[in-house]
Amino acid sequence: MTVTDAVPAAEIGQSRRRKEDARLIVGRTRWTDNITLPGMLHIAILRSPMAHARITSIDVSPALESPNVVAAFSGRDLAAEQGSLPCAWPVTPDMVTPDHPALAVDEVHFSGEAVAVVVARDRASATDALEAIEVEYEQLPVVLDMEEALADGADLVHSDKGTNRSFDWIFDAGEAGTGTSTDEAFANAEVVVKRRFVQQRLIPAFMEPRAVVCDPTGDVLTLWSSTQVPHILRLMLALTTGTPEHQVRVVAPDVGGGFGGKLQVTPEEVITFIVGKRLGRPVKYNESRSESLLAAHHGRDQIQYLEIAATRDGVVQGLKVKLLADMGAYLGLVTPGVPILGAFMFPAIYKMPAYRFECTGVFTTKAWTDAYRGAGRPEATFAIERLMDELAAELGMDPLEIREKNWIKHEEFPYTTVAGLEYDSGNYEAATAKAKELFGYDALRREQQERRDRKDPVQLGIGISTFTEMCGLAPSRVLGSLSYGAGGWENASIRMLPSGKVEVVTGSSPHGQGHETAWSQIVADQLGVPFEDVQVLHGDTAVSPRGLDTYGSRSLAVGGIAVVKAAEKVVQKARKIAAHMLEANEDDLEFTSGAFAVRGTPDAKKTIQEIALATFAAHDLPDGMEPSIDADATYDPDNFSFPHGTHLCAVEIDTETGHVGIRKYACVDDIGNVVNPLIAEGQIHGGLAQGIAQALYEEAIYDSDGNLTTGTFVDYLVPSAMDLPHFDTEHQSTPAPGNPLGVKGVGEAGTIASTPAVVNAVVDALRPFGVNDVRMPCTPERVWRALNERGSDGGDRAAEGSIAYGGAQNAPAAGGA
Amino acid sequence: MNRIHVNVDGVSYTDDVEPRQLLVYYLRDRLGKVGTVVGCDTSNCGACTVLLNGRSAKSCTVLAVQADGGEVTTIEGLAENGTLHPVQRAFHEQHGLQCGYCTPGMIMASVDLLKDNPDPSEAEVREGIEGNLCRCTGYQNIVKAVRAAAADMRQGVQQ
Repeated sequence: MTVTDAVPAAEIGQSRRRKEDARLIVGRTRWTDNITLPGMLHIAILRSPMAHARITSIDVSPALESPNVVAAFSGRDLAAEQGSLPCAWPVTPDMVTPDHPALAVDEVHFSGEAVAVVVARDRASATDALEAIEVEYEQLPVVLDMEEALADGADLVHSDKGTNRSFDWIFDAGEAGTGTSTDEAFANAEVVVKRRFVQQRLIPAFMEPRAVVCDPTGDVLTLWSSTQVPHILRLMLALTTGTPEHQVRVVAPDVGGGFGGKLQVTPEEVITFIVGKRLGRPVKYNESRSESLLAAHHGRDQIQYLEIAATRDGVVQGLKVKLLADMGAYLGLVTPGVPILGAFMFPAIYKMPAYRFECTGVFTTKAWTDAYRGAGRPEATFAIERLMDELAAELGMDPLEIREKNWIKHEEFPYTTVAGLEYDSGNYEAATAKAKELFGYDALRREQQERRDRKDPVQLGIGISTFTEMCGLAPSRVLGSLSYGAGGWENASIRMLPSGKVEVVTGSSPHGQGHETAWSQIVADQLGVPFEDVQVLHGDTAVSPRGLDTYGSRSLAVGGIAVVKAAEKVVQKARKIAAHMLEANEDDLEFTSGAFAVRGTPDAKKTIQEIALATFAAHDLPDGMEPSIDADATYDPDNFSFPHGTHLCAVEIDTETGHVGIRKYACVDDIGNVVNPLIAEGQIHGGLAQGIAQALYEEAIYDSDGNLTTGTFVDYLVPSAMDLPHFDTEHQSTPAPGNPLGVKGVGEAGTIASTPAVVNAVVDALRPFGVNDVRMPCTPERVWRALNERGSDGGDRAAEGSIAYGGAQNAPAAGGA
Repeated sequence: MNRIHVNVDGVSYTDDVEPRQLLVYYLRDRLGKVGTVVGCDTSNCGACTVLLNGRSAKSCTVLAVQADGGEVTTIEGLAENGTLHPVQRAFHEQHGLQCGYCTPGMIMASVDLLKDNPDPSEAEVREGIEGNLCRCTGYQNIVKAVRAAAADMRQGVQQ
């Protein structure tokens, strides 16, 4: 009998209030910027005002004359130590990877790139002294448009590379043996629908700006950073700077959000590390919001060329996807891998015989892109869900009907898709039926018709998104087959303290997800100890030496399972000692609610706490047994998990002003079993907010000189409470068969699902006016232009020739704007 | 340097500050009140919100010298004698926070909102906290928390 069978799930499934809150609601927090060390100095960074330029001369010495300044360095000063920032995901063997110095040495390749640093007694003095640094730039041509960047004779971002093309990556189901020939499918197709969609550039915009503190005193260099990935950062800092790994400790204390934006090895971390090491004194760098928006990595930014083939009655026959993915100026930690993760999700929940995916990574003179909530999967989901609506419109079918016709039925799981993934479980029919009811689908459709009939200036649109995603990154073997530089396992250990309290060490480093609470619930059930008696430790490589951190909706489905495995080992060890203490045979013991009892004589029992104390004393243990019941487990999943859901959005559009308001948003998500419904629902809410923000509000815009014009929260529109609706959320649970908790993953679901639901609703409202696409974000201006300029998708956010014109928004094929 | 006298969370301080020093940096760097945080540089995010003479203020938009003679309450001074303020309690109960970075400012802004409107509708809460950005929660549970706190506080007054 295993512990999983024996213990009733008392804690799992409860909406426990979070342990984390106790410190967060009273301001007793440990953000990196809160750290002050004796003699600590402050770093300020001078950033390039040019998008692309040669640094012809740089002189930092005048800064040394400023009050309180201790040191100043240019890229040339640090060139020997700083190495090149790592890219851990070479997606093809011949991928073009430019050199990526933390501090630019000879050239800058995007506006905001770090070129020099000043170190002073306080932040204000350091910032003041930046003005004294003398830099001369020789301007080079900017490269802003991906389609133009690939043309013959295009200006180059990295002239030494001879191309703006980083890689071409292809998946062809016919060649891979997971499907049939795409060419044949399209040649024989009764209907083909082609579209070009633009995934605008976004900025993760976590609320806590990034901060780094380096303490070089002592034998081990300690770096605190507001990072999602302390373990990865430790290894990469060691490799990048040539510092022995065992002499580097990284701590992620309280981290104020990440959303992929802190899944990086940043120039600022490397600079702070090197400067601290050089000066032998603690140093701190804390970015401003403008610096964060300029120079922390961006997300999305793809042009998607899509073709879908179908029969007249709406059965999908094949899908062709061509992506241009904007890398920006450099390749970050997983930049090239982001669109490749998406490759597997374009077929989504639909059965189709043929599929081909091609992706070209393109360099431009903009901030580099990398993971942002969903990372490749929102882009794919948007494309396919928009395309299914377009196919339905082409065929005159109901968009829900065409989905039903093509999706995988619940009895068909496990199902291997045309992209080669084995979907573990799900029930799209049930989730959709439940969502329709929650939404009031039929009534809203009736109202839509009424508004159309009476030519109401406020039109109603209904958008559908039936999505799935791959969570639980990731089986190490799969990552290996995709040339990723690391595995996808996770580690946990459990320490039984003499007093019966429990320490759980996790390698999954949270930044708002509530691991301390959820892991406590898991351990309380596994070991039968009180929830309050569990302390979860994380985020410090000296405390939690092994881990692969938090991203890709992996924490529970991988890290949580590692906790279960460690607990099972604790119980196994404790069983031997219990048997010895009770003078019974191990096989006669039952472990229930935290105690071992002899079967048939329930009064003879030993609690796990008593066993922990006896183990500590070690006076009388079974012969040959070491005095410890602590355990450690590393879990590597066999497969991803595949949460899914049906999201429905109703928008009201004022056809006179172009204003879009969300009338109703309802969704039913299937994330498998739920450990803490309160936390899971919160993750859905936050995800929805970010996905809706992509649909309606957010866009990073560069002007024609390559300057970011959305470099503050005045211009980059993170939605406020006024900009978002109430969400009606429910869930259904199809337990994941691949792990003992039956959990799937929830962190990215809302973001992945909601963007196409909103845009489909916008297009649905406008379709009677001849509109079949509106570019994101669907601002009033774009909606108005789509309505008033025939064949337009709303075009660029600003008119041609104006200062905000340029970049990916500047695509020639885009509409009639 | 200018000399200021300011009461922060019930303690009186006298300090010489640079005229350009912002209140938030005075609180954080000089007084060690690091519970109040900085989230932006344009007064959009509200993470730095405190009560200045009883009304909410974004402490990144106030000079320390402007607080001279005044009274500041930060998130660290909101609980009284170890008892959480009803708004703090409601944020915990309703799961109105995730990473917690916006939380100090969000709570202080909500406290001020409830002074003006002890029974706000959902729309009024959304409008009232419009100046505070949260990236994690989608605001739904924050709105719930503020309304739950309002109900608690109204009941408290009646008792």
